[in-house]
This record gives sequence, C-alpha cells and structure tokens, in this order.
Amino acid sequence: MSRLRHADVEVGTELPERTFPVERADLVRYAGASGDFNPIHWNERFAKSVGLPDVIAHGMFTMAEAGRVLTDWAGDPGAVVDYSVRFSAPVVVPDDDSGAEITVGGKVRAKNDDGTVTVLLTARSGGAKVLAKSTALVRLA
Amino acid sequence: MAINADYLGREYPAPEPYEVTRGKIREFAEAINDPNPVYVDREAAKAAGYPDVIAPPTFPVILGMAGSAQAVADPELGVDFSRVVHGDQGFRYSRPLHAGDVLTAITRITDVKALGGNEMITLETVAEDAGGEHVVTAGMMLVVRGQ
Repeated sequence: MSRLRHADVEVGTELPERTFPVERADLVRYAGASGDFNPIHWNERFAKSVGLPDVIAHGMFTMAEAGRVLTDWAGDPGAVVDYSVRFSAPVVVPDDDSGAEITVGGKVRAKNDDGTVTVLLTARSGGAKVLAKSTALVRLA
Repeated sequence: MAINADYLGREYPAPEPYEVTRGKIREFAEAINDPNPVYVDREAAKAAGYPDVIAPPTFPVILGMAGSAQAVADPELGVDFSRVVHGDQGFRYSRPLHAGDVLTAITRITDVKALGGNEMITLETVAEDAGGEHVVTAGMMLVVRGQ
C-alpha cells in the first residue's frame, strides 16, 4: 500500500465510512494490550456502581478504530503527524451477542502548503456522537 | 477528594526506558483488529521505508497510560481513580514508533481545573529515542467525575 498523493486530495474529499463492531471480548483484549485495566471497561457491577449505564469501551479503542479509517485512507500509518480527539459520549457495550457498533467517517478540511492535509473525523455509536473535535494532520506524498 | 492544584508542573519520569518490540506491536494491532501489514510484516514495513515494523498511531498510549498511572497513584495528588474517565487524547509525532526503539518518557501535569462539578487533569508525556530525538508527545485529559 502506498501513500496517498497530496495532489489527489481536495478540501471536502470524504474518507470511506466504516462500521466497526465492539464486543466485551474486544475490551478485555484491549485492556491487556494497552495496560488500561480500569474496571469500567470490563466489570458491569463496578461500572453501574459509579453511575455508568453499563460497561463502556475504552475511549482509546474508539480512537484506534477511527485511526484505522485514517491510516487505511492515507495508505501509510506513518503519515500521521498529529491526531487528537475528545471523547464526547461513552460507547456502551452490552453483554450480549452483538455488543455495540462504532461508525466512523471523515472529511478533508484543509490542504496545507507543507504537504499535509487536515482531516476531521466523526464517530457515532448507539445514536450518540462519541468523538468530537477529532482532527488529524497527515503528510501525503 | 479535590485534586491538589499545587501539583501543576509535577513530573513523573518513567522508571525505566520502554522497549518497543515486534510482539507488543502485533498484540496491540490485533487488539484494535487492524490487519495492516506494516504492523506485523517486516518486509512490508521495509517496503514502506521503515527499519522494522511500525506501531499504530495510538500505540504510544501505553507510555502515556504508564505515566498517568504514576500520577493517579500519587496519594498526594488526590485523584479518585474509581471516578476517572478519559476526556481527550492527542498525539504529536516526529516519526512513527518502530520495533527496536528504546524510549525514555517523562509525564508532566500541565493543567488542573474544576468545571461543572468535575475536575480535569491534563497530563503530557514526552518520549525520546535512545539518541535523544523527540519521537512522540502524548497529551491526555482525565475527568474526575463529581459525586
């Protein structure tokens, strides 16, 4: 996979929208891989005791899935110069066979003179906007 | 318990350098369900111009998490971990992390404030490679939810 060309991108170019499933097992695996063992991400009893509706996904899992849309579009994960998000609502993951879904989209907001582009990312789950102010700076070829 | 605002600027150096390994990158890539070959296949990574497999963009959260865990565990800081949720996160990269990197990280408390009954603590983790070159800065804002 090669890096997308700066010349082939316009302001308003959309990144292909994708939907990612997330189940409890994903959160357990992510906890182990990332080192974030906060029980709100795997223990329903604990999550409810601190006022959450149920177990919620790691914000960083959502950021990682949105990042896949970005890196697959750019053609090279190393093209990402800056990537920041705000977690505006939790991704609630019920203990059933289907779990939750995170739908990610994006759009080019600016083409910059230094060969980078500014991308706005969006992510929704269960009708809520789960990422806000999510922007990335990507250096294209 | 209120966060102790006197700790603004306090630093938490990682106790030892962090070694980026192929196995950990593979584990992380699998955990985010990302099959991109540059994370697991050295030849694919070399073809893309990297010395070894690279890490996904959010991989440095491992360094930030370790640093924030040090801060959150600091009894003098007064963070109630059971009420912490992640508010925002950012990464600024000088280059992608790759297997073989040995990174030195230091985490600083860059902001502490109260808003709407919650408290917000912002932590910044700066990671440099063995040559002292900047690799990535991770910024993390944690919300300590009010009772």
